[in-house]
Amino acid sequence: MSRKAAGPEIENLIALLARMPGLGPRSARRAALHLIKKREQLMQPLARALAEAAEKILVCPECGNLDTASPCTICQDSRRDGGMICVVEEVGDLWALERAGVLNTRYHVLGGTLSPLDGIGPEDLSIGKLLDRARATGVTEVLLALNATVEGQTTAHYLSAELESAGVTVSRLAHGVPVGGELDYLDEGTLAAAVKSRRPV
Amino acid sequence: MDWTDTAIVLQARPHGETSAVLDLFTREHGRHHGLVRGGRSRKIRPTLQTGNLVSVEWRARLSEQLGYFVVELDRPYAARALDDRLALSGIGTLAGHAALLAERDPHPNLFDLARLMLDHLDEETLWPQLLVRFELLLLAELGFGLDLERCAATGAREGLTYVSPKSGSAVSAEAGAPYKDKLMPLPPFLRSASAVATDPQEVAEGFALTGFFLERHVFEPRGLPMPPARQELLRLMRRAG
Repeated sequence: MSRKAAGPEIENLIALLARMPGLGPRSARRAALHLIKKREQLMQPLARALAEAAEKILVCPECGNLDTASPCTICQDSRRDGGMICVVEEVGDLWALERAGVLNTRYHVLGGTLSPLDGIGPEDLSIGKLLDRARATGVTEVLLALNATVEGQTTAHYLSAELESAGVTVSRLAHGVPVGGELDYLDEGTLAAAVKSRRPV
Repeated sequence: MDWTDTAIVLQARPHGETSAVLDLFTREHGRHHGLVRGGRSRKIRPTLQTGNLVSVEWRARLSEQLGYFVVELDRPYAARALDDRLALSGIGTLAGHAALLAERDPHPNLFDLARLMLDHLDEETLWPQLLVRFELLLLAELGFGLDLERCAATGAREGLTYVSPKSGSAVSAEAGAPYKDKLMPLPPFLRSASAVATDPQEVAEGFALTGFFLERHVFEPRGLPMPPARQELLRLMRRAG
């Protein structure tokens, strides 16, 4: 029989921390202990930040991004190119593209990909809103920045068919050799995609 | 318990933060699940794409356990099809059909036909015919095989032109003439195991035939819709004419 070393409040804190990605029961105990030791410098500000975030974070009704403003900061930014919409699967993908700083466009978060075996169909994704946005004046290109997986590309093909009537250029990210990648270490699938997507130099 | 086999990836579902539960269609062990440790890593994810051909080793303490897979990529069919909408819908259809099979029930002939189809994914006129044959064999392996060898009415082996939607048997042109509005056309390429369709209309008729019996005997009784990938495939084929 296991004996409890702490009261229910601490046990509850540990149990909740253990549900975070990357944390197991042991690392959750360490994190809890660290928070308790740094109560004023870390635990209380963190608790306030969590409460504030839980209260204020919204899903942008335009693009599906997460922000405290509605529409989100990106949708409100007039310096961004309104002629292009970059479609991503999840908010994490949007953050990755923003981190890279390679696009100065607006985004659209689909909320997943089509997956017939999991029963995820077009009605489960934010596709209707995307079509409305693509048909809006000023939009000339939709970039499908979806994962290079069977589900991701099936969704990309589906979207390109749906977007045909919107009269916009539909593009997608390239597939192939990553920057710094050595051919010797690449998997056969990536090599096959890279060879298939070769272009003249 | 352990075995090795060759398999087609049907689906990989995330399990925890690092692993994946893999659904495979193996040649000698049928459809089989197993855990892939590190299955969500960057290194292994490309291997676990639907439609890829892999070599697999399965290990478990007891045969009824989920067990663990060690997977190695043999043929990256998925990567080759990523740009090809028709081929992707073919892979999706194949995976949707293979997922109907009972677990751990081997169907080596069906596997060989699936592999043959995947091998020819870059031949747009050939693989859809192989998919029709796969669907015919799937019906047979599930116990609802069609008899396309002889006429249900006369027993004749020549001049087979129709299929009876009632019995799933071929009907000769002569015997079927009075009922031709109620019968389904039997595409010429399905009259012989080695025949190849030359007209896309024949392939479309093949899909109509297998689709009718799959829906009636397999999908409807299970309360399942036909795979959306199959509907997309037929739509693309119709559009291509």
